Amino acid sequence: MERKQVEELAKLAKLEFTPEELDRFAGDMGDILGFVDKLGELDTTGVPPAAHVSGAVNVLREDVPRPSMPREDVLMGAPERDESGFIIPRVI
Amino acid sequence: MKYETVIGMEIHVELSTQTKMFCGCANAFGAGENTLCCPVCAGLPGTLPVINAAAVDYCIMAGLATNCEITRHSLMDRKNYHYPDLTKGFQTSQLYYPLCRNGYVDIETESGVKRIGIREIHMEEDAGKLVHPDGQSCSRVDYNRAGVPLIEIVTQPDMRSAEEGRVFLETLRNILLCIGISDCKMQEGSLRCDVNISVRPEGSEELGTRTETKNLNSFRSAGRAIEYEAARQVDVIEGGGRVVQQTLRYDDATGTTSALRSKEDSHDYRYFPEPDLMPIVVDEDWIARIRERLPELPETKRIRYERELGIPGRDARMLSSSRRLSAIFETAMAAGAAPRAAANWLIGDLMRMLKDRLLDTEEIGFSGEDLAALIALIDKGTISSTAGRQVLEGMLDTGKPPSKLVEELGLTQISDADALGEIVKQIVRDNPKPAADYRAGKKKAMAFFTGQAMKRTKGKANPVLLQELFAKELKK
Repeated sequence: MERKQVEELAKLAKLEFTPEELDRFAGDMGDILGFVDKLGELDTTGVPPAAHVSGAVNVLREDVPRPSMPREDVLMGAPERDESGFIIPRVI
Repeated sequence: MKYETVIGMEIHVELSTQTKMFCGCANAFGAGENTLCCPVCAGLPGTLPVINAAAVDYCIMAGLATNCEITRHSLMDRKNYHYPDLTKGFQTSQLYYPLCRNGYVDIETESGVKRIGIREIHMEEDAGKLVHPDGQSCSRVDYNRAGVPLIEIVTQPDMRSAEEGRVFLETLRNILLCIGISDCKMQEGSLRCDVNISVRPEGSEELGTRTETKNLNSFRSAGRAIEYEAARQVDVIEGGGRVVQQTLRYDDATGTTSALRSKEDSHDYRYFPEPDLMPIVVDEDWIARIRERLPELPETKRIRYERELGIPGRDARMLSSSRRLSAIFETAMAAGAAPRAAANWLIGDLMRMLKDRLLDTEEIGFSGEDLAALIALIDKGTISSTAGRQVLEGMLDTGKPPSKLVEELGLTQISDADALGEIVKQIVRDNPKPAADYRAGKKKAMAFFTGQAMKRTKGKANPVLLQELFAKELKK
């Protein structure tokens, strides 16, 4: 794993790391990817892709409304807020 | 050099389910800010989403109504990106196995019928609403819309003009309104359209570099944006430049587009299958159940109106395209109105009245029964068809039943031979010259006499009866 790739991922995840951390992660993640690559050696010709292993399908919910949270609870974790909404640094 | 415009669209449609896509919060427009949120749609850690069965049904309905294949084994995926309108840091969507694929919609423009391919329709969730108050250094977020069920309809790049783009959008909207899965209000954002546009020299098979235009809030602005953007790209190419692949924002006020973001900082969404949602497996039974629920589609209706009811092609298309118009038409017929008469009132006079009032056909308030009653009043001779127009206007503006309007406006036609007889006698007596002319064979003088009678009765005399009475009186 290139250090540059780790930097790019960190940027997408909005995370900041020191140069030492970036080097360490490049190594760690490279190891993990190498481990996962091992799976690629298996011949999976004719095996359909599987995103899940439980076998459950069509886990659905009836379209019936349930009460929402009190607004106070919704806003509780907001770093900044007013009466009714979240306040964030301007994004446009 | 002549250029050809190539257009494809991505249309987001908010489904009118009772609840959100993955939780039981109400799916409603206009509620108090952040009052329709729960731990799931607020993206709190440890919560688990569960798919709304009605949203899946609606998406399959959209697929069947646009001739798509329904994917038998469908999956939800995570589209990862950070933006404040997303609570979870990803949008739950479908990339690898969209629920519907390979459909089409036929549109009719001046130059005939054209088939527009539908590449896919997939399910996803809406994001919250960002507001940017004027003159402040902050934005505000309302998460009521976060998690509202959406379908995204992706077309093939099959459209070649602004006109085709506009007609496609209208046709698609009519289909979606007909099957009742969304209210499709562009102004309120329940139908949103992004347009991919590129240009290429006429005759070329290769696609040019495309741009994506967002923020189109009406069919008209979609048409105008396509025209503007195609012309801009031609200018760039003719000027020796190259079109840059980018996302543009359309400004309705100025009719121009400006860059929203360019390819360089385009997102890397790192899609992967959503581990918290199990696959959706659709079998024949499920599809059959949905097919049964589908109402008669506009296209099928049009053919029936033309072939079985003898309504002319253009009129049949107009009547069948609007859910409201066709409902009024059909109830009017059920209430005894002749198809042609009902169609004529709805297409000719009503369309002009709607246009004057800037109303949409969906906003017509009177019923089919009222229209049938109006036609019956004219057939019976109670009112003239000129007066009928006034009544129709009243029905549209006030919603009052025609009989009441006839009374209020004093439009009852005078069909009483005794009452008219006196007037007829007097007019003949007062006008010896035209009377002599008529008797001498100048049949055109009849128009003079009926005109006089209409003047005296303020247009309320039954014209057929008048002619009879004058003919009799002048024979004397």
